[in-house]
Amino acid sequence: MTTLIADTSTVFSRELRPLLRDPFTIIFSMVQPLVFLALFTPLLPDDDGNALQWFVPGIIVMSCLFACSMTGSNLLFEIQTGSHERMLVTPLRRPALLIGRALKEIVPMFAQAALIVVVCLPFGFRFNLPGAVIGLVILAAFCIGLGALSYTLALASKNQEWLFWTVQQTLLFPLLLLAGVLLPIENGPGWLRALAAGNPLSYVVEAERSLFNGDIWTSSTLGGIIAAAAVAAIGLLVGVRAMRRSD
Amino acid sequence: MIETRGLTKHFKDVHAVDGIDLTVRAGELVALLGPNGAGKSTTLRMLTTLIPPTAGTATVAGFDVVRRQREVRLRIGYIGQGNGAGHSQRGRDELISQGRAYGMSTRDSRQRAAELIESLGLAEVADRRVSTLSGGQRRRLDIAMGLIHSPGLLFLDEPSTGLDPQNRANLQEHILALRARHETTIVLTTHYLDEADSMAERVIVIDHGRIIADDTPQRLKDTHVGDRIVLGFLHESDAAGAAAVLRTERKGTQVRLGLPNAPRRAPGILDDLRTAGYPAAEIEVIRPTLDDVFLQLTGRSLREGGVDKELVEV
Repeated sequence: MTTLIADTSTVFSRELRPLLRDPFTIIFSMVQPLVFLALFTPLLPDDDGNALQWFVPGIIVMSCLFACSMTGSNLLFEIQTGSHERMLVTPLRRPALLIGRALKEIVPMFAQAALIVVVCLPFGFRFNLPGAVIGLVILAAFCIGLGALSYTLALASKNQEWLFWTVQQTLLFPLLLLAGVLLPIENGPGWLRALAAGNPLSYVVEAERSLFNGDIWTSSTLGGIIAAAAVAAIGLLVGVRAMRRSD
Repeated sequence: MIETRGLTKHFKDVHAVDGIDLTVRAGELVALLGPNGAGKSTTLRMLTTLIPPTAGTATVAGFDVVRRQREVRLRIGYIGQGNGAGHSQRGRDELISQGRAYGMSTRDSRQRAAELIESLGLAEVADRRVSTLSGGQRRRLDIAMGLIHSPGLLFLDEPSTGLDPQNRANLQEHILALRARHETTIVLTTHYLDEADSMAERVIVIDHGRIIADDTPQRLKDTHVGDRIVLGFLHESDAAGAAAVLRTERKGTQVRLGLPNAPRRAPGILDDLRTAGYPAAEIEVIRPTLDDVFLQLTGRSLREGGVDKELVEV
């Protein structure tokens, strides 16, 4: 008999295999945020020499966010060719289909996170290892939820591919900007801050920053855990329901 | 193996499947035959847990398809209309991960994959990207994927659509060989008449979401159409005489007659007519096809690609 973990590992390793056979695409996508970091960091106000300290966790969140919101895009093609249908008829647990596919997007991003951290060390970036690990686990939970929503979106737009890209792009940028990933929200107008307070990603980003700094036992960490767990739970619930309904 | 009661699926206003009662016993090879849009695939998709029925019940391999989906999935194989193997994957990898999806160990999956690759003639292409395979090769790979866990019940949705005649024949051989070897119960859908005719022991004709006939191909043909002979004569007077002897209609120099078991009885008829002084100049024995059966049952031909005659005329 299988378990949820075994099922997830089956889906995950199936998804990852073509990438491992053709690692060039991973290497290429890893360099992208480094370019971003190099061009964007000098623009940040750096009064106390803390720009990297503030910006690096944000960049890590951003690249994970981009990656897991694409979970559904590979799925779209497999829905059209028939291999998704074939997997739905297997006894694979439905959450495993969602989690395995999201993990395939996230795991390369974690390798990327490590690369970003290493590159930033010579420029004065400092981080706390246990804090960073906890931070990445929280981020993974958030991304599984978002990946599951991306999966659901692909199921909903199986006959009209443009719908997937339109919705994905339309939602991704507000989500990102309203979480204070690129620029701080604190100085924004009240309505913006109110919107940010309703954005679960805000709490995750805030938790990442304090965790990377080594502030582990804080309310930010708790806020991040709650927000990530809520998104994961909602994403999986919605995703499993969508799979049952799809026809 | 399969038991449905009033199985129904409505998509908004479309009654795709409209109250199907179906019993399939272990070891049967059943073909669901009907035009495109008749409800064959929708029926299959409900039986394989892909979509829930709007109404009615279905038990597959002993378990309810709605309440016990996992138990059903563990016991069936499904080969859909599309390609089961991901196009960016390699065939062997897909077979192994398919085995693991059914709870087989990696070692068993690998061994079983090797067996299937061998028996389906995929040795040369199993380690290439699926997207580089030909249509026939991909289809054989799909079959291998559906068989990885040696299911007792196999569903095939339009298995040979899009294949050339040679690949179709090849695929049919594989399916029949599989059945002979493992006594697998097989349910397939098709709109190819010859496929249903040559492979299935039982043909279920579906139209507008309902079962309109269910029997062996031979009995369907005998019951609904039957054999016919057409006799040609040199003179209309001979034809008229023959029509009187045979108690049937004449059309010019031709006489037509419905005649069960025609190939065996035709020589006797020729003898009788010669004795009566109306020798036939030529004879044609017409055996019905499943298309004739479908035409008889619905007034439409399957060969028209499932296009409604009524719709065409409007």
